[in-house]
Amino acid sequence: MPRAQEWIIEKLLFLCALISVFTMFAILAMLLFGAISFFQEVSIIEFFTGTKWTPLFKPQHFGILPLLWGTLLVTIIALGVAVPLGLGSAILLSEYAPEQVRKIIKPVLEIMVGIPTVVYGYFALTFVTPILQVVFPETSVFNALSAGIVMGIMITPMVSSLSEDAMLAVPQSLREAAYGLGARKHEVALRVVLPSAFSGVVASIILAMSRAIGETMIVSIAAGSTPKLTLNPLEGIQTMTAYITQISLGEAPFGSLEYRTIFSVGLTLFLIVFAVNLIGHWMARRYWRQY
Amino acid sequence: MIPGRKVKEHALFIICSIATLLSIAGLIILLLDAFADGLPWLDFQFLNSLPSHYPDKAGIKAALIGSVWIVGLTALFSFPIGVAAALYLEEYAPRNWFTSFINVNIANLAGVPSIVYGLLGIGLFVESLTLGRSILAGALTMTLLILPIIIVASREAIRSVPKAYREGAYALGATRWQVTREIVLPSALPGILTGTILALSRAIGEAAPMITIAALAYINFVPTSPFDRFTVMPIQIYNWVSNPIREFHHLAAAGIIVLLGVLLSMNSIAIYIRYRYQKRVR
Repeated sequence: MPRAQEWIIEKLLFLCALISVFTMFAILAMLLFGAISFFQEVSIIEFFTGTKWTPLFKPQHFGILPLLWGTLLVTIIALGVAVPLGLGSAILLSEYAPEQVRKIIKPVLEIMVGIPTVVYGYFALTFVTPILQVVFPETSVFNALSAGIVMGIMITPMVSSLSEDAMLAVPQSLREAAYGLGARKHEVALRVVLPSAFSGVVASIILAMSRAIGETMIVSIAAGSTPKLTLNPLEGIQTMTAYITQISLGEAPFGSLEYRTIFSVGLTLFLIVFAVNLIGHWMARRYWRQY
Repeated sequence: MIPGRKVKEHALFIICSIATLLSIAGLIILLLDAFADGLPWLDFQFLNSLPSHYPDKAGIKAALIGSVWIVGLTALFSFPIGVAAALYLEEYAPRNWFTSFINVNIANLAGVPSIVYGLLGIGLFVESLTLGRSILAGALTMTLLILPIIIVASREAIRSVPKAYREGAYALGATRWQVTREIVLPSALPGILTGTILALSRAIGEAAPMITIAALAYINFVPTSPFDRFTVMPIQIYNWVSNPIREFHHLAAAGIIVLLGVLLSMNSIAIYIRYRYQKRVR
């Protein structure tokens, strides 16, 4: 076979691999381009310190803090659900469960990862919210709590499967040493395995958190579209992602200043998720190097 | 012995079991809820009707066909590009800083929120390449979104091809491309296909980036070309669930059943391919 053909094929394959680099640059370019044209009209200081977000009606305010808070509130609630459930299942699967039980539970958790987020959103609005309204009658139809709980259910499998991997990687000799000293199972699990797997477990929680921050459909459906700085999870809020959806659905004319807000919000979201991912991957790498 | 240690040992087991059962219960209740709400509304008329302002007449046909268009075109674009990229990275790439840069990039792309891909699609395909809010723009956006998944899965499949196969072929005088095409690719293909199907099922379920591309979709026609405007099943479900009239929530549930049905059949195909392959290796 002629050498030229080999050369051309190698370059073609290389170009395909290069698309990933191109994608990353395109994402950055699009977000920066949109955000810069937005910041020419709105002060970047107002954007990051303002406490009112009302781009769609006069007087317009462009302070992203309410959206950031909305995202943070839902994420905290989600972690409040996912961390205990995820760690509980991870300890059960790695320390207690016999192989047959693992074989049943693991695929079920995998199925949960594959369910589209719009389905979780439907569940939050039509099932969880009515229950909350019975328990707390002042709950509004759209509220942070319902979205947070369901998002927690969604990210639980991420926490449990990554934590379980980390716990399974703890050398058996550590467990046996503890048992040899007379430790019981809960002591081995909580005082030997969990501390040894600590950075791996933290990495799983951080990566699940990044997923929660970027999640869009659950919050768009169930958390509402009223950006505000509230501590009450029974009220409607708005997250960064839900705001982008709202504008994308056509609530602002294409190309207008209101429309360009989605790129500045998108850039903020991208940078936050990117930073959280970096920390998560760094923790995970540190852990896997340990053993 | 400290009293109560045995009790504590059992307590931890019970707490962990409850945590596991709760997360599984979440899944079961979620599915039961959707099926109970949607099943009475799921009939041939629902599958074969266009959207309507009247819940009795509304159906999922436009969204179902929109999803087929999107996933078909996405498969067409993402499969060759993803496999080629994986082949390059596993079989050709030199060990240098640029290769590790590409690797880091792919890992980072997999963590980017899907809605950000929607913003990329709006800026790049809808506006700059003036494709408008078309099926083509949607499929290209989806392609970029699932490429990292396909590349990672394909690389794993390629890596699992025994080195001896390659060396046998090289010893017979084959060139690198001949080895890649005739030896590596066929052996890795089942794994690559499984990964691709799973990535495509992710594409079918994605709503957020499709909403930014397609915008508010009252599509009362069946798309017939890649340049048509479109809606997909997750958008249609979102529209129905956001409608304050309760009947539309049942339509959303019926739509969810159809969507889950499509996903289940795709995943079954993927599992079947994996199963056949495992048998052949044994």
